[in-house]
Amino acid sequence: MLKVEHLYHSYGKAEILRGISLGVERGEVFVTIGPTGSGKTTLMRLVGLLEKPTSGDIYFGGYKVNNSEKARLEIRRRMAMVSQKPAVFNATVFDNVAYGLRIRKDKSAHLRSKVSDVLETVGLSGYEKRDARTLSGGETQRVALARAMVIEPQLLLLDEPTANLDPVSTSHIENLVTDVIKKSSMTVMMNTHDMFQGQRLADRMGVLIGGEMMQTGNTREIFNAPQSLSIAEFVGVENMLSGTIATNEDGLVTLNVGGIKVEAMSKLDVGTEVCACIRPEEITLVKTKELTSARNMFSGEITRIVVFGPFARVEIHCGLPLISLITKKSVEEMNLKTGDRVYASFKATGVHIIKK
Amino acid sequence: MHAIVDAFVLAVKMIFTGDAEVYSITARTLAISGSSTIIGALIFVPLGCLIYFNNFWGKKALISVIQTCYSIPTVFVGLLVYLVFSRSGPLGVFGILFTPQVMVIGQVVLISAIVTGLTISALGGVSPAIRETATSLGASRLQSVWVVVKEARFAVLTAVLVGFGRAISEVGLALMVGGNILGYTRVLTTAISLYTGQGEIALSLALGFILVALALIVTVLANRFLMAKEVNVAQSRASVS
Repeated sequence: MLKVEHLYHSYGKAEILRGISLGVERGEVFVTIGPTGSGKTTLMRLVGLLEKPTSGDIYFGGYKVNNSEKARLEIRRRMAMVSQKPAVFNATVFDNVAYGLRIRKDKSAHLRSKVSDVLETVGLSGYEKRDARTLSGGETQRVALARAMVIEPQLLLLDEPTANLDPVSTSHIENLVTDVIKKSSMTVMMNTHDMFQGQRLADRMGVLIGGEMMQTGNTREIFNAPQSLSIAEFVGVENMLSGTIATNEDGLVTLNVGGIKVEAMSKLDVGTEVCACIRPEEITLVKTKELTSARNMFSGEITRIVVFGPFARVEIHCGLPLISLITKKSVEEMNLKTGDRVYASFKATGVHIIKK
Repeated sequence: MHAIVDAFVLAVKMIFTGDAEVYSITARTLAISGSSTIIGALIFVPLGCLIYFNNFWGKKALISVIQTCYSIPTVFVGLLVYLVFSRSGPLGVFGILFTPQVMVIGQVVLISAIVTGLTISALGGVSPAIRETATSLGASRLQSVWVVVKEARFAVLTAVLVGFGRAISEVGLALMVGGNILGYTRVLTTAISLYTGQGEIALSLALGFILVALALIVTVLANRFLMAKEVNVAQSRASVS
């Protein structure tokens, strides 16, 4: 559906994108995550043909996008983009949503029903005659989404559509993406700096940091097997332990992390300097030592417990600092308090090794 | 003091009793300045768009020159138009000096800079995101330009009304190229200047009141256009809460 090859882009001397290559399949939701300023919006503007790249190629539906304005317009008419802070035209909600159809010379009777259908989908029925500039942020974003969806684009580009919204509006927009857009034939490319949102919505993800696409893959791969330290840090791997591989028996390695042994799976040779990444949700806590299949078990003292929503983040010191994410219910049932001694365990397969 | 009060009373009487001379001068003024404003708008609003939407070498300098010309003295424009249309001038063959036609031409020249310049400012006041949104929804270049013009419609209308205000209130040009001929090229401003000199204070005052009233009506209309839009927005907002 969409293929990008070796895309470079600069504004003056500032190089924003450095050799981006990626592919998006038909019907897929591809989410680009990355910190603010990593080049996500620029990438989307290039894909949306609003700007021309400094170098590199974009293929749409198998055809290479060239420089002719006529060809670019023809391709642009098969996509639609919703930006982070959408601008609405100084007109009614109806006229705003109908815009894309009107410039495509859609028939009038057809147009009216299409617009009301899409307004119903986004939950704005009855807003037709409202001045679009009087809407709230969440409503404006929904108008922008309706305005894009009504065209039935082959590729829908969403640039941080919930970045400026409250939690209720955000979940409304997310539901539209999962319930309506994913069930249609639209291919979606979306940007977000919220990695959890990415995880919720994406079929596949790409991590864009400093203008480079560091890794692409399904959400599991990105979150559990980040390919570099910067990705691991960005996707919320809170336990990162530096050490060297001490032994390697058929892929089961022992790491020496400051004198403490950690078992993990890796193909790397003995002596390699590595970083062991353990997602906090991989670490379980027990009060008494028991026999378990987990290869790693450490005794330590709880230094801090932070409860947020249904979860609790428990910090343990057991020679090395570990952070465990467990449910609030578990904390209550086990009666965990700061200063308690616990055993923290995690499987060797729960450790992801990154070569330094 | 007494004389001024008498003149004031007489002036009001002239306006309300339908003094023929007062009304024919007013009608002629509206016809001439109205035509020049319409012609000016038809030429200079598109010209402003053309300048705004295209990038070319010297664009910034050109806009500066246009803005400087906002305050070009009317007598200077009058002098130029006079020279061009006088018998020995390059367009003297048309023989239209001292006619309403040449007054219209002169006023079109006079308001050219202000209408063009204010149109450019009006378009510049529209957020670039508007045009980009149109483009991202599949608008061609021309379609996206039209969206911006539509967004700027009230500000562009204001530019035209400002042009009308300048055209109707100027005296130097009308006097020089129109000649202030009774029943032919005599307009409100030239008449006031002449009758004041002749001591016909009441007539001058009556015409002055009408001129001020016309300027006021135009301003009120302009504001109504802008206000109506704001009221709509306010009402929509109120209905939300």
